[in-house]
Amino acid sequence: MGIQYDFRWSLLWENPYGGWLVNALLVTLHMALISWLFALVIGIVIASFRVCPVKGLRIIGTSYVEVLRNIPFLVQLFFWYFAVPTLLPHAWMVWWNRLPSANYWTAVVALSIYTSTRVAEQIRSGIHTIPEGQYQAALSTGLSYPQMYRYVIIPYAIRVMIPSMTSEFLTIFKNTAFAMVIAVPEVTFTAKRIENWTFQGIEAYTFASLVYIATTLSVITFMAWVERRLHIPGMIKKE
Amino acid sequence: MDWTVIPRNLPFLLGGLIVSFKLAGLTLALALPLGTVIALGRLSPRKWVYFPASAFVNGLRANPLILIVFWFYFLVPIIIGRPLGDFVSVLIAFVVFYAAYFSEIIRAGIQSVGKGQIMAGYSTGLTYFQTMRYIVLPPALRHMVPLLVTQSIILFQGTTVAFIIGLKEFLHRISLLTETTLRSFELYIFAALVYLAICYSGSALSRRLEARK
Repeated sequence: MGIQYDFRWSLLWENPYGGWLVNALLVTLHMALISWLFALVIGIVIASFRVCPVKGLRIIGTSYVEVLRNIPFLVQLFFWYFAVPTLLPHAWMVWWNRLPSANYWTAVVALSIYTSTRVAEQIRSGIHTIPEGQYQAALSTGLSYPQMYRYVIIPYAIRVMIPSMTSEFLTIFKNTAFAMVIAVPEVTFTAKRIENWTFQGIEAYTFASLVYIATTLSVITFMAWVERRLHIPGMIKKE
Repeated sequence: MDWTVIPRNLPFLLGGLIVSFKLAGLTLALALPLGTVIALGRLSPRKWVYFPASAFVNGLRANPLILIVFWFYFLVPIIIGRPLGDFVSVLIAFVVFYAAYFSEIIRAGIQSVGKGQIMAGYSTGLTYFQTMRYIVLPPALRHMVPLLVTQSIILFQGTTVAFIIGLKEFLHRISLLTETTLRSFELYIFAALVYLAICYSGSALSRRLEARK
């Protein structure tokens, strides 16, 4: 039926493809972790803007989130990679374009900024799930504001946010695949490259899909374990 | 800066926007029914229905859309023996991918309908399909409309992925113009504004539906 297809699974560890795939795995993991950390930091700043009493900051926070999450990620990536350098003075632009890892760092910047809007939203709704009584109880026992945050609110908030931050990591891990359009040699780019070179698409894509599925499963299992370890007895569980 | 590049190429760009809308609309029209079937499969008490449906949803949700597009772009010609156009193979990949996401929303919507209502349906002598059709789906759908609108916005943003295999949708045409005119800043700002306007109206609609629920 249809066209013949000869499987050649050994290709996945043959030279040079095996080396490419190992490298691709490291690039993807590295990019996902770094972008996730940046996204957390920016997300926390934006979330605090959005809940802060100063109106100007609230407007900045809200516009940041609304604008960036309504523009497709690929458009943002192209904007940072192709459009922004044209605004730089010519000498800088040449310097930037000659950097060997300009594409990698552009992808990290774009991923961090894009994901920070989602992180900010998750943190904001996480803060809202902390009952008002917790703040009042902390203050009434004589804690100062910084102490209240340090000993009551933040330990509580971190636990509430573990599931949503886990899913943000998984989202950013999948979104690293977009970096292939600017030739960052991550997993999807490498799978496509192997297909172009050998026409053995099924083997290459199976490898890539297994990487994404295995990472998702291990991150979920690990974070479920962390969540159980950090569980406060008697803390109201969200449904 | 030379913003005249946009009015000069407006018909070309509008044509791309139509391709984007067509892809998003057809995906929506086909992925919703498929997602409903899969959601019913995931809620089935029969293991041989439940397991494949769950594997389908979780497997797809763990993979990036780009990779799914490559999978189908490569597989479809092998399976049917001849290449299909770019549009059709992207459409198939999108329908399969987004059906997994829609099925999760639909499943949550169905689960929000009380067990008592379903049992009441059965006890009046309705069959499974009649219970679903007349008792469960009407309130469930009303519940999930805001989420479905949000997911459709994500789907519309996702049409930019079709660029990668060379489909001439909006973003691809923007990118082609940047190569010939070298006006990348103006063109990408324009692209961002167009997507922002469309997706922002979508999320405003979703919020209004949520408030009215």
